[in-house]
Amino acid sequence: MSRYNRHIILSEIGQAGQDKISNAKVLVIGAGGLGCPILQYLTASGIGTIGVIDFDDVELSNLQRQILFGTASLVKNKAIAAKARLEDLNDDISIIAYPMQLTYQNALELFNQYDIIVDGSDNFETRYLVNDACIITNKPLVFGAIYKFEGQVSVFNFQNGPSYRCLFPTPPKKDAVPNCSEIGVLGVLPGIIGSMQANEVLKIVLGIGNVLSGKLLCYNALTSQTSTLKVNKNEAVFQSILKEKNHFQKNHLNIDCNADTLEVSIEDILSEELIIFIDVRESQELPKVKSIDVINIPLSQLEQNLNKIDSDTKKILFCQTGVRSKQAVELLTKLNIKDCFSLKQGATEINNYIKVLSNER
Amino acid sequence: MQITIKYFGQLTEITHIEEESIAFSGTYIKELLETLYRKYNTLKTKDFQVAQNQELVSFETKLTGADIALLPPFAGG
Repeated sequence: MSRYNRHIILSEIGQAGQDKISNAKVLVIGAGGLGCPILQYLTASGIGTIGVIDFDDVELSNLQRQILFGTASLVKNKAIAAKARLEDLNDDISIIAYPMQLTYQNALELFNQYDIIVDGSDNFETRYLVNDACIITNKPLVFGAIYKFEGQVSVFNFQNGPSYRCLFPTPPKKDAVPNCSEIGVLGVLPGIIGSMQANEVLKIVLGIGNVLSGKLLCYNALTSQTSTLKVNKNEAVFQSILKEKNHFQKNHLNIDCNADTLEVSIEDILSEELIIFIDVRESQELPKVKSIDVINIPLSQLEQNLNKIDSDTKKILFCQTGVRSKQAVELLTKLNIKDCFSLKQGATEINNYIKVLSNER
Repeated sequence: MQITIKYFGQLTEITHIEEESIAFSGTYIKELLETLYRKYNTLKTKDFQVAQNQELVSFETKLTGADIALLPPFAGG
């Protein structure tokens, strides 16, 4: 019995359809909440070549929804950890892991090697980069995005259809829309939206059904309602991207993740002595960190409280997940306050780590 | 004319409702938005697009439909 028997016995697919799946090359941007279910179903269905690009490492708080990973994957690169799991799921196919950030410099060359691009990224800068690179390389883009309990799915740049910019012409102001790590997300939601994206990929590969091109599907997990909205093509958008294509690689990403050098890990700092810890969460947020001295200055009031910050001592800023503390470090660095570092982890991890240390003693 | 307005994503954090029905007599989508900005004053600071009768339209479009949706972009993945 062949691995793909349940596909092959469907008259809409058959051996010919399964051969199309085997010959397809699909690149998945991000191996996070959306990327995991996308990768899992594409791998199981037998897509012949699957690329996965992600520069991030697996964290404990990812396991609530990023179903390719287990505790054994913690602190490993997501693309590499995903490849290991997927190769166990299906050793018939080729899985290529790119443990790096997608950039304006590498996107075009990478996209040219694939037939379909699937966006499972988690920030607007990458989403617009992916959209524009798909226009320039003329690749269909299977789009999915989530917010708390809601998701959006569409297929862009498919058979002369509209692009993401025809829907939302320009990226929103920075920090205008928070992401999952800042505001939370229902764990099963990316499972639903990512599975819909995998479904669109298979329809494109097989040439069956109606591809979600020119339409935006909106799903609400709380009400179980879906709305499908018509999106019209704006030809001028394509022209302006194509006109600028020779300059594409001169663009630079400007996302928070680039401030890596100012990030530190809890294991590396508690042994150091002269450090001030600054909690940039709002005062009511839990858990509190009690076993070490901490100054509480919420990010929202940071600029008004610069006098509380000792400029000569090394400062470690933390919050719940490392997102706001990174913004705080960026802000302080801009204000020319030196020796500020953002803790990659959050308050819970500090408490856990202190507990481990005191048990060892 | 009675118009049903649906709010998606973080817009519901401003409106505190997902859907409402209002009586409105203006001509253009943007006039309807001005009315909504008066009702929800931080709505104006948000990025969103408008769908009229399940079709994305510009703010300059004539108001012809009874079904309006305000749709913000999502970044999460």
